Amino acid sequence: MDLSYTPEEEDFRARLREWLARTLPGLPPRPSPGDWPGRRAYDLGWQRRLYEAGYAGVHWDATPGVRLIFLEETEKAGAPYVGAGFVGLLHAGPTIAAEGTDAQRARWLPPILRGEEVWCQGFSEPDAGSDLAALRTRAWRDGDDYVVTGSKIWTSHAEVADWCELLVRTDPAAPKHRGITWLALPMDAPGITVRPLRTLAGPAEFAEVFLDEVRVPVANRVGDENDGWRVTLVTLSFERGTAFAGEVVACRRALAELAVEARKNGRWDDPALRRRLGRLNAEFRALWRLTQWNVSAAEASGGVPGAGGSVFKLRYSHARQELYDAAAEVLGPDCLDLDRPWTPDRLSSLAYTIAAGTSQVQHSIIAERILGLPKGR
Amino acid sequence: MRFRLTDDQRALRVGVREALARQFDGRALRAAVEEADGGGAAGEGTGRAVGAPRLGRGLWRALGDLGFFALRVPEADGGVGLGLPEAVLVFEEAGRALLPGPLVATHLAAGAVPGAATGETVVAAVDGGLVEWLAAADVVRGDSAGAVPLRSLDPLTPLHRVPAGRPASGTDPVAVLLTAAEQLGTATRVCELAAQHARAREQFGRPIGAFQAVAHLCAGILVRAETARAAVYAAAVTADPADIAAARILADEAAVRGARDCLQVHGGMGFTWESEVHLHLKRAWVRAQRAGGVTESEEMLAAALASETA
Repeated sequence: MDLSYTPEEEDFRARLREWLARTLPGLPPRPSPGDWPGRRAYDLGWQRRLYEAGYAGVHWDATPGVRLIFLEETEKAGAPYVGAGFVGLLHAGPTIAAEGTDAQRARWLPPILRGEEVWCQGFSEPDAGSDLAALRTRAWRDGDDYVVTGSKIWTSHAEVADWCELLVRTDPAAPKHRGITWLALPMDAPGITVRPLRTLAGPAEFAEVFLDEVRVPVANRVGDENDGWRVTLVTLSFERGTAFAGEVVACRRALAELAVEARKNGRWDDPALRRRLGRLNAEFRALWRLTQWNVSAAEASGGVPGAGGSVFKLRYSHARQELYDAAAEVLGPDCLDLDRPWTPDRLSSLAYTIAAGTSQVQHSIIAERILGLPKGR
Repeated sequence: MRFRLTDDQRALRVGVREALARQFDGRALRAAVEEADGGGAAGEGTGRAVGAPRLGRGLWRALGDLGFFALRVPEADGGVGLGLPEAVLVFEEAGRALLPGPLVATHLAAGAVPGAATGETVVAAVDGGLVEWLAAADVVRGDSAGAVPLRSLDPLTPLHRVPAGRPASGTDPVAVLLTAAEQLGTATRVCELAAQHARAREQFGRPIGAFQAVAHLCAGILVRAETARAAVYAAAVTADPADIAAARILADEAAVRGARDCLQVHGGMGFTWESEVHLHLKRAWVRAQRAGGVTESEEMLAAALASETA
């Protein structure tokens, strides 16, 4: 068991720190949460800077050590979050890298790395949430195209995306997992309507996407026809593996800020509250170690994270909510003030036990795949 | 960064598990409990000190021969010369097997108290207001004057109370870490027991593990155990007191809540004396009292937040 980093990795850390210290002060002001074109430009601008400095592909081809150092240092320095680049860098990109043809990799991966194209995710549907494989958006073959009709929901960044990783049903007669195909949908194709979806947290973060006989070239299919479910599982395991690693560092920073806040307003004198924060410190330390454990296990098994990702996702999503609940206890009546940053963050935290597989789905995955319990309903 | 067991560490774990299975298997566990129990309900109300198990000297010397106590003593001094990560793996197995005795106290005494390293000397230690295995010990570290026995809830851990108000001897962080390792062993074992039972026990015409309410209890046990594992192993590598405090908090929770949920999965069978489950829960409760309990670790990690901000 080795938690130390190699001299090369520490060298990477030192160079990255130095680069961040030089680069971050020169960034433009952050756009407001509702300004989607502004957010796109800002997030892509950051990715462009990473690309030019040689850090763009760190999520894909770096050693686990380097990847964790990158997430740790950028978060500690307060660098921009991956933002609009999330689906491209952490979902669609790794999927195309693993399952795409040479031509597909050459077409789609470089613009993601250079910060030129934004991807969104067209997985969930109004009637296919936790039961994702029940999705009904249909695609028919017509010559060299698929013709797609249906609707998607919870599509983040859809308003400003160039591409959508889209799951469609190509064989309605097959068992539900075997009739799905993975397509790269150009978001400027005729027949696409995007409608922003307001969440309980306020500004629109997601959208609904309606598809009315949209033509997608067959060449945009990643993996075989009707093999999209397997291709999708590759993406989902990435999502549960390391996609949240940077957020653990962010939570540790937020927790330290919360302790400062509690000292300022006197709540720190309450031993019960203090111990609650001490417990959260233990929790996020453990989650960082679990990340290192999972990343090391994934490396040993050939790069794809296993069901251990579900363990992390489950525990992390609840810890994040507990962090913001503790923040509310520290703030007292101020926890009702939307102008205190803790308040909108607390609202956003409510999504964590639902998005990317609900806690209930994760429990079932763990029960079936790790503990070998019989499939239940 | 390769945060996983090395081949040697895997081999050590397998070797220890097999050795403990030979020295202290399920039957030996059951026999020890029956002996301590002295005929069960017959002892009720007779004033006989329930929970007065004997410490098997043969077992203790066998553990000494295995290197259980001398594990971290340098080879030059006749020890095994391994480190904290290996000690944590060994104590995890001890916790898993419900191995009785003042394991942590004797392990920590190796090299300092003659005979401790070889298992010839049984060493107990005063920890806050309690001493485990006082009567069976040859050497007691700390001031145990005025100790009085209490009727221990754990049939395999006799306890003495030492008079209140006496300052606890400073807690060695290694003792906290090894206790966390034992708790991790319990958490792992109760996860196995719960899953086994959920697969085998049938009600309403199917295994109870097919019901989500039961399956999710089992999954929860696993999540707590695996999160604790990452924290405990990392603390063994860094030996950082804050990491150790975090490991302790996670491992206590994983063991105590895990054992309770395991009991729930077992239903009425789990409530019987014959079941193994209550032994894990009771031992986990005993360990949770060590070193000032979880409160001290929580306060320490709260204080650590201040330095992390600076």
